Amino acid sequence: MQEWSQLLTSANLQWVLLGTLFLGMASGVVGSFVLLRKESLVGDAMAHAALPGICLGFLLYGRELFALMAGAALTGLLAIYAIRAITAHSKLKQDAAIGIVLSVFFGFGIVLLTYITNGSAGNKAGLDEFIFGQAASLVFQDVQILLGTAIVLLMIALLFFKELKLLTFDPLFAGGIGLPVSFLHGLLSSMVVLIVITGIQAVGVVLMAALLITPAIAARYWTEKLGIMAMLAGIIGGVSGVFGAMTSAVVPGLPTGPVIVVCATIVFVCSFLFAPARGLVFHWLKNKKRDQAIWQEQVLRSIYELLETRYKEHSTSLVFTKKELSYFTHLPPKRVMKAFHDLQKQAFIGNMNDGYFYLTDAGFQKAYQSTLQYRVENVYLMYESQLGTPPFGTEDRDESETALDTMNTELRHLLKKENLEPISFQVYKTTFKPYQNDI
Amino acid sequence: MKTAVNVEKITVAYKKTPVLQDVTFSIPEGQLVGIIGPNGAGKSTLLKSILQLVPKTAGDVSIKGKTVQQQRKLIGYVPQRGDVDWDFPTNALDVVLMGRYGHIGWFKRPKKKDKEHALSCLDKVGMKAYADRQISQLSGGQQQRVFLARALAQDASIYFMDEPFAGVDAATERAIIALLNELKKQGKTVLVVHHDLQTAEEYFDWLLLLNKHLIASGPVSKTFTTDLLQKTYGGKLAFLSSS
Ligand SMILES: Nc1ncnc2c1ncn2[C@@H]1O[C@H](COP(=O)(O)OP(=O)(O)OP(=O)(O)O)[C@@H](O)[C@H]1O
Ligand SMILES: [Mg+2]
Repeated sequence: MQEWSQLLTSANLQWVLLGTLFLGMASGVVGSFVLLRKESLVGDAMAHAALPGICLGFLLYGRELFALMAGAALTGLLAIYAIRAITAHSKLKQDAAIGIVLSVFFGFGIVLLTYITNGSAGNKAGLDEFIFGQAASLVFQDVQILLGTAIVLLMIALLFFKELKLLTFDPLFAGGIGLPVSFLHGLLSSMVVLIVITGIQAVGVVLMAALLITPAIAARYWTEKLGIMAMLAGIIGGVSGVFGAMTSAVVPGLPTGPVIVVCATIVFVCSFLFAPARGLVFHWLKNKKRDQAIWQEQVLRSIYELLETRYKEHSTSLVFTKKELSYFTHLPPKRVMKAFHDLQKQAFIGNMNDGYFYLTDAGFQKAYQSTLQYRVENVYLMYESQLGTPPFGTEDRDESETALDTMNTELRHLLKKENLEPISFQVYKTTFKPYQNDI
Repeated sequence: MKTAVNVEKITVAYKKTPVLQDVTFSIPEGQLVGIIGPNGAGKSTLLKSILQLVPKTAGDVSIKGKTVQQQRKLIGYVPQRGDVDWDFPTNALDVVLMGRYGHIGWFKRPKKKDKEHALSCLDKVGMKAYADRQISQLSGGQQQRVFLARALAQDASIYFMDEPFAGVDAATERAIIALLNELKKQGKTVLVVHHDLQTAEEYFDWLLLLNKHLIASGPVSKTFTTDLLQKTYGGKLAFLSSS
């Protein structure tokens, strides 16, 4: 505890935390566009390819931040150029090109790094931290640059939001309305380059792309709006950044990058599992609920139709077997049983306690409506060519707003003509015995 | 009659050999124009080069007597549906709003007025009920209608549509054609890439027959002839008409 409070009051750490907060936010926002443009791997290659540039900058000018950043930008851009050139002039696909470029540049970077560490400058160089990142090593000047870059990037994203969105979604249409597509394309690429090279010291070349992409992936699970997605990604990135910087400051020797990525990944896993609508758990629950509702409706309708058939055949037996109900509903007996019990629980089916059951008022209404709707749809399909389709069709039968109107007089007339109109009062209040002895 | 689109000797090449060569034609205003030709004939490329989305090796395009750049706001565009990522985080209304971006201008957000306009365009294609729907949850035909609504939202006077009928059912196709005729009545010009020779004669006033070179450009009565179609499709037409 002592340690924590001491650390938190240290002025330098406060600056570092502020820096990583903004770095994370800008990464999340820029990363949202990168992810949606399907350029995540390009970002990864660019980050890895920054390493040889950093080493070259160091060899030429010493540990000057601008030299290191200029070197990083140079080889990073060179890598992107190499990927484009390889994809354009050979039969290799982009993923293969990225693989080659990433490993060649990174390998070259490691060679240079080893050379520097073994040389006269030795470990003093402190270039190791560029691999996995060490936020605590940021000095005030580094933080200033970080803050400045992050704020500029956030401003650009805000100002050009509408244009960047259209560019990402539909570049052809963007060009069609006269947006300067190449300029915007370049702007976005520059934003990626900037965030990567400024983030490298804190996060490291190996995991910088993860800070770019993971918050965006996690955010995607929560929303269907790009603006909200970018904002959420910013928050997730910022929180991960702060968490990473703090943890690595407390635990000696723990690099920042991995902690940031672990934090962002935890958020991602939670989103993947628990986000409403897109999350796995809710998706599963929703599907289950929907399936059960459909089974229940099918069982109700089948009971209705079975009773109706018995009545029409003047049969006195109101007992039907499990097999019959199962056959009628096209459902396996186990599901029929489950639905039957659920319907009892919701008081759509009542129990006479002598082995006989009956449809309650609510159950009868529901069964009748469902049967009517089902038959109206069938009759509509039979006569579709004569009835004609409305100007823009009602093809989506999923939607209540487009569902066939059961009160449509023409359809009701056809229903009668086909002898499909559900008879009501005879079925109402009839008791029935669904299975002998087994419910 | 005034000229809506004038194209002079355009040549376009992606790799070494041109995919469009010396294409020249002009289209009078207020026509419903079908662009017809086999796969790979360069139909999409023609639209893209008119809209300056791909560089031209040679040639000139003018829209109502001025350059395309000067007339951007008069141009509406429906790209081929397969060209975008339908899992993008956005809804139908938002996509239609993109049609207003050219009018809204830099640094500004869509206003309430733009939203209302976009909604009325969705209504025109029968998609108002789907305004809030995420676009991946729309059927192919519905996505196509959203694209159409976006072009309507552009309030253009010349429309370029790349296969707006691809993947839509017969009823929707008829409804779209009715909509295009409506546009024509308002004096607008509509160019449509179309694949179905069965309906071409019925739908359009004017045809562009294209296969790398321009085969013909003119009123349907003069261009929808076995001779010219044979020339456009080469040997493939026999196969088409016998099937
Ligand atoms: N981006 C590109 N790079 C290289 N070649 C291309 C590119 N786009 C199109 N082509 C080539 O240009 C030619 C014309 O293509 P285009 O898409 O214009 O044809 P189209 O008439 O629209 O065909 P379809 O009916 O199949 O849509 C084709 O041979 C195609 O392979
Ligand atoms: Mg095409």
